[in-house]
Amino acid sequence: MSDYGKIILGLVGFLVLCTSPFWYQVLSSDGLPAPELKLPVGEQGCVESKEYMRALHMDLLNRWRDAVVRDGERIYVSTSGREYQMSLTGTCLGCHTSRADFCDQCHTYVGSENYCWSCHVEPINLRVEAR
Amino acid sequence: MAEPRPDEMEFYKQEELVQIDYTPPQTSWMRTPVDFRPGSWIYPAKARHLEYLGLANPREWSPLDEDWKLPEDWKEIIFEGMRERLNKYRSFKLFMDICVRCGACADKCHFYIGGGDPKNMPVLRAELLRSVYRRDFTLAGKLVGKWVGARELTPEVLKEWFYYFFQCTECRRCSVFCPYGIDTAEITIMGRELLNLLGLNVNWVIEPVSNCFRTGNHLGIQPHGLKDTLEFFAEDIEEVTGIQVEIPINRKGAEILFVTPSGDFLADPGTYTCMGYMMLFHELGLDYTWSSYASEGGNFGLFTSHEMIKRLNAKIYAEARRLGVKWILGGECGHMWRVLHQYMDTMNGPADFLEVPKSPVTGTVFENAASTRMVHIIEFVADAIRNNKLRLDPSRNDGLRVTFHDSCNPARSMGFFEEPRYVIKSVCNHFCEMPENTIREQTFCCGGGAGLGTDENMEMRLRGGFPRGNAVRYVQEKHGVNRLACICAIDRATLSTVCDYWAPGVEVTGIHELVANAMVMEGEKERTLNLRLEPIERGEGVS
Amino acid sequence: MNVLVALTALLLLGGIVYLGVEIAGLEFLFGVIIPYAAVLTFLIGLVIRVISWARTPVPFRITTTCGQQRSLSWISPNRIDNPSTTLGVLGRMALEIFLFRSLFRNTRNELREGENRLVIGPSKWLWLMGLAFHWSFLIILLRHLRLFVEPVPQITLLIQSLDGFFQVGVPVVYSTSLLFVTAATLLFVRRIVLPQVRYLSLPTDYFPLFLLISIAGSGIILRHFIKIDIVRVKEVVLGLMTFRPEAGGLPVLFYFHLFLVSVLLAYFPFSKLVHMAGVVLSPTRNLANNNRRIRHVNPWDYPVKTHTYQEYEEEFRGKMIGAGIPVEEEDNG
Repeated sequence: MSDYGKIILGLVGFLVLCTSPFWYQVLSSDGLPAPELKLPVGEQGCVESKEYMRALHMDLLNRWRDAVVRDGERIYVSTSGREYQMSLTGTCLGCHTSRADFCDQCHTYVGSENYCWSCHVEPINLRVEAR
Repeated sequence: MAEPRPDEMEFYKQEELVQIDYTPPQTSWMRTPVDFRPGSWIYPAKARHLEYLGLANPREWSPLDEDWKLPEDWKEIIFEGMRERLNKYRSFKLFMDICVRCGACADKCHFYIGGGDPKNMPVLRAELLRSVYRRDFTLAGKLVGKWVGARELTPEVLKEWFYYFFQCTECRRCSVFCPYGIDTAEITIMGRELLNLLGLNVNWVIEPVSNCFRTGNHLGIQPHGLKDTLEFFAEDIEEVTGIQVEIPINRKGAEILFVTPSGDFLADPGTYTCMGYMMLFHELGLDYTWSSYASEGGNFGLFTSHEMIKRLNAKIYAEARRLGVKWILGGECGHMWRVLHQYMDTMNGPADFLEVPKSPVTGTVFENAASTRMVHIIEFVADAIRNNKLRLDPSRNDGLRVTFHDSCNPARSMGFFEEPRYVIKSVCNHFCEMPENTIREQTFCCGGGAGLGTDENMEMRLRGGFPRGNAVRYVQEKHGVNRLACICAIDRATLSTVCDYWAPGVEVTGIHELVANAMVMEGEKERTLNLRLEPIERGEGVS
Repeated sequence: MNVLVALTALLLLGGIVYLGVEIAGLEFLFGVIIPYAAVLTFLIGLVIRVISWARTPVPFRITTTCGQQRSLSWISPNRIDNPSTTLGVLGRMALEIFLFRSLFRNTRNELREGENRLVIGPSKWLWLMGLAFHWSFLIILLRHLRLFVEPVPQITLLIQSLDGFFQVGVPVVYSTSLLFVTAATLLFVRRIVLPQVRYLSLPTDYFPLFLLISIAGSGIILRHFIKIDIVRVKEVVLGLMTFRPEAGGLPVLFYFHLFLVSVLLAYFPFSKLVHMAGVVLSPTRNLANNNRRIRHVNPWDYPVKTHTYQEYEEEFRGKMIGAGIPVEEEDNG
């Protein structure tokens, strides 16, 4: 049974690997880390309801992009009947001025790549450039 | 002319035999009973052999009987036997647990290819045991039974075991393709061990075992008979070469003990290979001896149980010790070499009373046999040829178009591929390979290994031999091959039938027959006859 | 028939979630208790299983050799398919585990009737499907780490960006999602379509496939159709990870996904899925073919009854002397 030790060693290795997310989580953070979004002050609400935006903002942005780029339409009529310019930089970033304080909070949290920024420039940079 | 019977080749029409129906039956395999049709099963072990060996439940019986005369508590015996083996063999336990039934093995078995019976798919052969294992040794099986492929052990299941575990030649071909290395040979060995606990074995295995135990060899040749046989070979050798070779038997103080399968003493073409050994040893001036006590290299214990392997194999080291030899040389044989390579040292070693084998001819030390201290004669002769210690005239074999059949056990339990090819190419001018999926580690069994090579099993032998015979016929038609070389005594016996049936015109030979025919011996007369006493055909313009 | 058994089992599981979460509101049971129990069952069950294998000895070294042995110095051995050293064994096992070496050898037979000829050629489909299935499964698992760990590990981000390289759709469609479902479906179709494979398949062969296809399917629906609130998912999962569980706020399909994963985990150690661990221990693959060079010891070896030379000579002495064969004791002849 000379290989018994080796097998146990391998088994321990496997267990450590399997449970490593637990250890990592338990040892590395003292509280439950959660996204903290800085919401714009003084605004009544977003383009659509909060619940809708939370789950489907990427869908909305995607439709805006297609509408503007492909069909040249620029006006979006929301469920409540209000009209918005379909513009990431203009409309969205007009209120949510900081990528780090808003977008990245959740996107980093769930590890979801946000490829808006492969074309668009962050508003903070805009302001820096404008100066 | 008498009508052929099921134990004769002529009984089977080739056109009918190749109408192989691969469509599975309508009924599930768990509910399809065994059909003991003549030609597909082997006569049971005779009571006197079981008695002599001290094995269980000696009695006269037949698989065709409704009542197999099992002991009262046969189920308990099987369960206890399974429990014991599950705790002793990791292979068994693991192979019961991890099969995913991917089916990669299904069409790798020669019996399945040649017969189409789904229970000859290695996976289902193993399921025959696994279904019982699940029912009685796993939680899920106990709880939900057949939904997880579990079933009760009944006399019908036992009959299936008997039929199908004696329809496996333990050739290990399926094990090459299995993604988990599940080895049906291992399953079959376990299945047969369990059957043996109830006195269920076949005579073609048990009689050789019993003979071997008593007389030292499977055929039951007694010491004086062995001497007569070898003297008879010596006479033929003298007729062919004009040289008298010596026949040392049980000679103490020899350097080398030579052990070969006893099949080579009895039946052509193995006999010619045996003559080849004698001529080679004479020519090289080897200080060697035969043993009458250990006059068998083969080991039908492998087809019975692990314990029986050990009981029979013990003779070889015991005799080497008694005779005081330095090391052991083994002849051309298949399953013999599986035992010698993978079991002997573990079972009956350590062989520390021997020396690490060193060729007295070339001085080569066989490091690969440093512990077992037993060398394969093909390794030995390849080394001699490589070092120019033999004068060879391959043109003497020019009448032959040779192909090589890798014998299952040396192929898949040793990796014995290049040595035999090197030797053949050194002594023959015309060599070609069979198709690549039928040679080396993918080689096909002769269909008669593991104790199945008896005539009453003729239908299965011909079916099992179909893939090999088919490949032989291919090179026969394409390259004019007329000689099939092999390094296995069972092959030499059973492939002759396979070739006569599937590739008539091709004859079988051991490699040392080819070597001896090509070997130019010191003081020989002009060779006009080969060892078969046929005139030698020399080719034109072959250097 | 066997397919139906497996399918019924799966439908039952689906029904249980629906009733449990949607009707009875047992979110804590399905979101917390069952997943914890499943993980524990998986880990403990697998450990027990592997230890039970490990405690069973390997009495003989029964390597299956698939290449040239190491023998004479001038013959080059196949160091991987017929390893004679530990390093070679590691190579062989790595190829076996990561690339399914043995399955790669797979062949297909064709019986050409009329000419009575059997033709054997290579067949890579099963290998390809198996490889696609297992590798995409692993990658999907690693991708899921983003929900289990905060901050998200770099390796996961890297895998994600490679996996979603084509940036199709929002959220991005991962190629392994499609590959996994395709491969699993093909493996199922293969079981149904090939008569031999269908004949040998048990309900327990279909069930894990159905389970995995359902898990993958529900995951894809959650991501691409329902577009589940992923932040909430991570909060729930992290709650589980840090033993501060909280359930709720997620659609029933999420519980379906989670419940089937739990079933898979709990089912694992008691099923054929243990091949994951078993493949490493297979004695025909993980032993070096150096039998004649180094002695293998059988821990339970025991003495057996043999027929000794003395017994043999006793029986045949007269004949041996008559034939001039040397004997140990001349006088008794």
